[in-house]
Amino acid sequence: MGTEFKGITASDGLFMGQVRKLSFALKTRVPTGDLAQEREALETALAQSITELGALMGRVEGEAADILGFQVAMLEDEALAAPAMTAISQGIAADAAWSQAMAAEIAGYESSEDDYFRARAADLKDMRDRVLRHLSGDNHSGAAVGLVLVGDDLPPTAFLETDWSKGGAIALIKGSTTSHVAMLARARGVPMIVGLGDESIFSASALIVDGSRGLVIADPDETAQSAFTRDHAELAARHGIERTFLFEPARRKDGGVIDILINVAGVEELDAIDPRSCDGIGLMRSEFLFRDGAPLPDEEQQYRAYRRFLEWAGAKPVTIRTLDIGGDKPIAGLTPSGESNPFLGLRGVRLTLAREDVFRTQLRALARAAVHGTLKVMIPMVTVPEELSRSAQLLQSCVAELRAEGAPCALPPLGIMVEVPAVAVAPDLFREAAFFSIGSNDLTQYVTASSRDDARVAALNDAGHPAVTRLIVAVAQYGRDNDIPVSLCGDMASDTRHLKTLLDCGLTSLSVAPSRLGRIKAALAEI
Amino acid sequence: MSDWISGSVVIAHDVGLHARPSVKLTKVAKGFSSVLEIAGNADGPWIDAKSIVKVMAMKAKQHSTLHVRASGADAPAAVEAITSLVARDFDEAGHGN
Repeated sequence: MGTEFKGITASDGLFMGQVRKLSFALKTRVPTGDLAQEREALETALAQSITELGALMGRVEGEAADILGFQVAMLEDEALAAPAMTAISQGIAADAAWSQAMAAEIAGYESSEDDYFRARAADLKDMRDRVLRHLSGDNHSGAAVGLVLVGDDLPPTAFLETDWSKGGAIALIKGSTTSHVAMLARARGVPMIVGLGDESIFSASALIVDGSRGLVIADPDETAQSAFTRDHAELAARHGIERTFLFEPARRKDGGVIDILINVAGVEELDAIDPRSCDGIGLMRSEFLFRDGAPLPDEEQQYRAYRRFLEWAGAKPVTIRTLDIGGDKPIAGLTPSGESNPFLGLRGVRLTLAREDVFRTQLRALARAAVHGTLKVMIPMVTVPEELSRSAQLLQSCVAELRAEGAPCALPPLGIMVEVPAVAVAPDLFREAAFFSIGSNDLTQYVTASSRDDARVAALNDAGHPAVTRLIVAVAQYGRDNDIPVSLCGDMASDTRHLKTLLDCGLTSLSVAPSRLGRIKAALAEI
Repeated sequence: MSDWISGSVVIAHDVGLHARPSVKLTKVAKGFSSVLEIAGNADGPWIDAKSIVKVMAMKAKQHSTLHVRASGADAPAAVEAITSLVARDFDEAGHGN
């Protein structure tokens, strides 16, 4: 077989390739022993790093370009390498001198009490490693084609400078499914598995990365390789079939039409998706504009981002969820620290109502964006009706304020996520909601009292539990009887195994991962 | 270096002199031939406003006062350019870039 490692799938897909170790790839460098040559070696490595980053900057925009711009500015500043140059003149080898100088610089950032500055330490480590790589003569840039990148974690720059056109995959010992890199991987369809935990994977020379099973197989033998070849061919054939469904309306076998919308986060995801392939955006996760360690986006930045989603969708509806942080999504300076049970703590609307300044900024940006398409606004983690009415009042007051300022704006319909069991059990308390969107991930987690990110209780965390489906049936029924549209936007909707159940529950609108559009439509045609 | 032109401005930016604002500040600073320095206190220590490494290391926070001084042919314009950039919140609100 080969050795199997179990992880968490951050991006689906199947790939087999040679391993490229990240940050372990440093070749041993032999110092020249000559002061002038060591100095020149460091200068050359710095210049090569700057050129490399500069080339990369031309291919990206937005936040990725900001990260690169900062790194270039730092590397261009002679003050950064000055301590290293001094050390070299005292006889220390270029690579050791650079490492020491950067260690001091990194320590300065890591010791900061400010989260924003502390987060920059990762950029400095990225710069340190890039220069060290050039010092050791390993100009791997551009060479990483059709490889499996293996490491503890992956900096965004390493993802951006990899040529994924010939395929490739990512296998990480640590990492996270919500990181910037995970988002980029999903958008580009690069298979990625995180949380592998076991460092012995570093000694493998070839890997199979299987996103559908959350599995990595190290040094596969012939049996595993032929299984891969077969699976890969099947997958390609299935993708071929699914593609034929992509631009068709979603229909059941009996011809009944189902609305299939998509879940998105970053604006960069939109480039890879054709708006004709779906019925709109069922969930835009606005928290991805709020990155941990970055400044909070202001009203203008948010307005521009929301507007892009609406313009992309044309006349189709776009549901933007207000800031849903806390729980497993901390944002420094906003979310509380030291909560004993963050999933039951100050998250979603609980947090935004406690931080009215942040909430109002977002609601103003949304009301302004609303004139550019069919916007719906959705409140996460609602538990009691007062949370909905207070949010509605705030939204109305923001609209009144904007009108008084003469700014173009509109009042979008306000709906809620149904993810706290209290709401699913008593939907009649929320008849003021313009729509319900069932968040099956959190609903399942709360109904089954099992964490979705703990592998030991993963079997309990089952969206197919009858208790969960009974709640979905009840919410769908209440919505039909009272003319409140109901849809479902959790992972359950993207999973073909649950599709029939959801239709049987009475749902006619589902929001799925963009990569699943074809598969879900193909499966619907069989039901 | 005896003739310093100086000024000061309060940092409004959410997180103070963070990466992106620091990149902008040093770029503007490098556009002047004068020696251009900034400090968190009126009596120093003064650091080179053209060095992003040093500007970042200041870790200047929101609501803190940034002191600016310049010496050279274009010193008055340099001080004005830096203080107005900070006062405009680094052009991050309401602009297209």
